[in-house]
Amino acid sequence: MTTIEKPADAPALASGRRTGPPAWAGTALGVGTATIFLSAVVLIPLGAVLWKGTAQGPAAFWDAITTPDAWAALKLTVIASLLVALINLVMGTLIAWVLVRDSFPGKGLIDLLIDLPFALPTIVAGLVLLALYGADSPLGVSLAYTRAGVVVALLFVTLPFVVRTVQPVLLELDREMEAAAASLGAGPWTIFRRIILPNLVPAMLAGTALAFTRAIAEFGSTVLISGNVPFKTQVAAVHIFGQIESDNTEAAAATSTALLVLSLVFLLAIDLVRRWGSRHG
Amino acid sequence: MAKYALRLIVLAYLAVLLIVPVGLIGWRTFEDGFGAFADALTTHSALHAFKVTLIVAGWAVVLNTLFGVLAALLLVRHRFPGKRLLSALIDLPLAVSPVVVGLALILVYGTFTPVGGWLEGRGIQIIFSTPGMVLATVFVCLPLVVRAIVPVLEELGDEQEQAARTLGAGGWQTFRRITLPGIRAALGYGIVLSLARALGEYGAVAVVSGRTVDQTQTLTLFVEERFENFDVHASYAAALALAAIAVVSLLATRLLRPKDGT
Repeated sequence: MTTIEKPADAPALASGRRTGPPAWAGTALGVGTATIFLSAVVLIPLGAVLWKGTAQGPAAFWDAITTPDAWAALKLTVIASLLVALINLVMGTLIAWVLVRDSFPGKGLIDLLIDLPFALPTIVAGLVLLALYGADSPLGVSLAYTRAGVVVALLFVTLPFVVRTVQPVLLELDREMEAAAASLGAGPWTIFRRIILPNLVPAMLAGTALAFTRAIAEFGSTVLISGNVPFKTQVAAVHIFGQIESDNTEAAAATSTALLVLSLVFLLAIDLVRRWGSRHG
Repeated sequence: MAKYALRLIVLAYLAVLLIVPVGLIGWRTFEDGFGAFADALTTHSALHAFKVTLIVAGWAVVLNTLFGVLAALLLVRHRFPGKRLLSALIDLPLAVSPVVVGLALILVYGTFTPVGGWLEGRGIQIIFSTPGMVLATVFVCLPLVVRAIVPVLEELGDEQEQAARTLGAGGWQTFRRITLPGIRAALGYGIVLSLARALGEYGAVAVVSGRTVDQTQTLTLFVEERFENFDVHASYAAALALAAIAVVSLLATRLLRPKDGT
């Protein structure tokens, strides 16, 4: 393949006309604009949270996140999110399996509905769950103001993650290996455990980690169903919201910093899993 | 047998978690007929909330699209130090809680901060006003356009663009005539995703808007406020309107989504 010389690098074109400034100037201008925009919207504000949360030193930061109500909120958030991540790991993989390997009327519609929790505003998600599982539940099951309600809300908003990471891998999987294993006398469970599962694990873990980071950050869907009861159903994001409303921005920033650090640790974990997956895939 | 058991488990799980709750909202809203639904959505407050939502989402999508195209072109077509860092930072908003987004903007642009105070002295109010809500929405939507375009730009390659350049086309002309037609579907996909997210954003907007009825109340805030004030019907009606928008955007993204592997 011949490389085409860029006109900006050429001394002059045949007509002797130079079109505009050199290419690096365009790059510099673009990078500058993007950096300023990103700084104004994301970086400086997030930096302000970290600074406000930790400016009084590590001891003060620790004190702020271990006040009984903040600590209870963080603990509930992490435990509920771990539980939600685990349920997603199992149910998400199962849903992806049924969507790929099974066929029944209405499967296309189910496949479409999986993405609905991503498209639906979180407050609507909370309201929807409260309509069925609220105080005047037509089923007589009231999850309002309970920890189970918080878990259900988190399950709702994180539903698509594992399904959508496992589904494409399952679609691409070579069925001949399974046929070979079956012809050698392996039962369905052995085939799943020894042939299929090893191929799915990286995608399952990546999806689960995404669901976990989403769950610890979740706010809108838990607001209505949790009823915001401190020490019982108040998750970290709702706790932070309360602190902001009562003008206690330092405590809010400290709890926010703890949440940000948790998210970043898990994002790094996703990245490691991805690299591990691409090395072993 | 195992096949039917798995199918049953999956369908039951989805019914309990997703299908029945969403269906119930629809049924509850139309219990009193379509007239009641329309009435609940045409009150002064509801219409105002619609208007605020459209203004905020409109601005956020425009800004996000401009930034998204610029950032995607930089990441794919240019070489500069710090490129991997820029790529990582663009994904950062996905990991940040909406409430933390709101707090972050208040700490920089609030009235009692240097930047916010300086702007306020010049008559520009950010927090508790439209600009702050736009900033919050841009923050949460930031990666959507970039991540939609980047794979398509990578696949297109830059041979056609270089050819256009050697034939004397300027940067803008090359972009408009060569690059833009190539990424049109992906750009549409990214814009629909951003728009859906922007119209439905709740947490970040709840923090920075001050939640003043008839002033900074968006449709999602309207849903919450009506519910807290025991006007369940208006709350359900607005929620259903938002759900309808979500379903339409879902169908649109299905049509626009770049086909995997084909």
